[in-house]
Amino acid sequence: MEPIIRVQDVSKSYWRDSFEIPVLNNISFEVPSGEFLALMGPSGSGKTTLLNLIAGIDRPDRGTINVAGTDIVALNESRLASWRATHVGFIFQFYNLIPVLTAYENVELPLLLTSLSKRERREHVETALTVVGLKDRMRHYPKQLSGGQEQRVAIARAITTDPTLLVADEPTGDLDKHSADEILTLLERLNLEFKKTIVMVTHDPRAAEKAHIIRHLDKGELQQN
Amino acid sequence: MKVFKLIFKNALRHKLRTALTILAISIAVMAFGLLRTVVTAWYAGVEASAANRLISRQAVSFIFPLPYSYRDQIAKLPGVEQVTYMNWFQGVYIDKNQFFARMAVDAETIFDVYPEFVLDADQLQTFKRERNSCVVGADLAKQYKFKIGDIIQIEGDIYPGVWQFVVRGIYRPRDKTTDATQMFFHWQYLDERVRQESPERAGNVGWYIIRIADPAQSGAISNQIDGLFKNSRAETKTETERAFQQGFIAAAGAIITAMNFMSFVIIGIIMLVVGNTMIMSARERTREFAVFKTLGFSAGHLVGLILGESMLISALGAGLGLFFTFPFVAGFAAAVPKGFFPIFNVEPSTIILAVSSALVVGFVASIFPIQRALTTRIVDGLRHIG
Repeated sequence: MEPIIRVQDVSKSYWRDSFEIPVLNNISFEVPSGEFLALMGPSGSGKTTLLNLIAGIDRPDRGTINVAGTDIVALNESRLASWRATHVGFIFQFYNLIPVLTAYENVELPLLLTSLSKRERREHVETALTVVGLKDRMRHYPKQLSGGQEQRVAIARAITTDPTLLVADEPTGDLDKHSADEILTLLERLNLEFKKTIVMVTHDPRAAEKAHIIRHLDKGELQQN
Repeated sequence: MKVFKLIFKNALRHKLRTALTILAISIAVMAFGLLRTVVTAWYAGVEASAANRLISRQAVSFIFPLPYSYRDQIAKLPGVEQVTYMNWFQGVYIDKNQFFARMAVDAETIFDVYPEFVLDADQLQTFKRERNSCVVGADLAKQYKFKIGDIIQIEGDIYPGVWQFVVRGIYRPRDKTTDATQMFFHWQYLDERVRQESPERAGNVGWYIIRIADPAQSGAISNQIDGLFKNSRAETKTETERAFQQGFIAAAGAIITAMNFMSFVIIGIIMLVVGNTMIMSARERTREFAVFKTLGFSAGHLVGLILGESMLISALGAGLGLFFTFPFVAGFAAAVPKGFFPIFNVEPSTIILAVSSALVVGFVASIFPIQRALTTRIVDGLRHIG
């Protein structure tokens, strides 16, 4: 299958005061379209940094990243923002919903960047909330929802624009077992039923079991399968 | 959901903080409006000055009189169209808090030289005819409910005794800057009694008002007038009406400068208040801004959100402040001695200045939060604990 993500010779370092801290060292790998990839590794191994690079919210020091046919390293900030809006759905560990907006409005947020009419936006939002099973809670604010429900709203927000790629950073890291299972089942369904390519960072081996491919990172190096 | 709704919801995120900020801005706008109105009121006389009028007063001091006999000599000068005169009477009406200008004037010429005091022809004729009559301004008449035929009794101080005047006319202001709080009565009525009771003070006027044909000749005519009376017992100092009014204001120049300064200090205070609110608000939302950027919102969107919120708070504060400025100014006007500020209106320029200042404050207060939101990297923003 044609790879949707192609990472080549990517390195990344951070600076703390005058100290350079290497995070990723010459990483290369590919993810075929429609796959569910889990990135695992200990804290500080560079897995979230790699996820951020693939999602276009951070830039590598060296190397190229091609996602859905676009060399995202070559894009300027403005075009990269536009690319993210079209191609990437984000699921964060701490949900990152906007507290002053209802579930409906949070899910509608990425659609404000499109040319969809109000009616079309409503259809998209209701479909996304139906997929995550929260259509009946769409007028609720985040503080009126449980952690699992908040994460489901975040997933609805991630899929409402029908992106090419879903990236999830520890999506179950802040949830109890029952809620975590619900989220993982939902991600699995999005992959199998809706053919979404998913890249997920996780510590949790049970979560990683849902993925088709598991890659381990350690000290900035991608381990062999 | 549109961006404006998001701005509105963000502004109301901390209702108490936003309400207090709006209240602070509105109080500052009210204070600014009052100070500017007081400053404007001081300058009202200058603004109302006519270019074709000269004032000739005693060279030593305004409080010393000039001989009535100067009138005809001044009137004969080329370029002089008409000469009238006034005398400050003062006195006490009811009590010392009831202050308004009481002037002994030349009934024959005063309304020709001051066309901005509009008096009906029949009332003018009656005023000219009756020696003990007076004319009052419309604002004064409204304030004290004076009507034609009323008798105004004044206890004299500069000119002792009890003085009674019959209201025979109520003049209207032609312009917004025209003082309609004065009372005019016959100088001859005053002079006749002074001649009997204090003959040494008779035959004097306070100052002359000279209407000239060509304002460009004001300097030359002033010199001619002063030249006429050089080395006399009462030398004159002649200047344009505007310069004369500015001379009055100059006495209170330090106070006005301080008020002017304070009005702009208030703008600075608003800026700090709104700036502080916006900085706190933006700092709390560092993570949210990172989420917006992650979702694909551009720098322009973030600028719109932050600037919009700042402008919304400032505009609400300015609107509320302006709404209450009018009763606030009216309350102040009622609190100071009546007639102290004959022209005391909130000028359109004050409103424009207050609103534009508040909007500039909104803009400036958003600069730092915008800069912070734009320069914080997404990955750093997502790690931020608000």
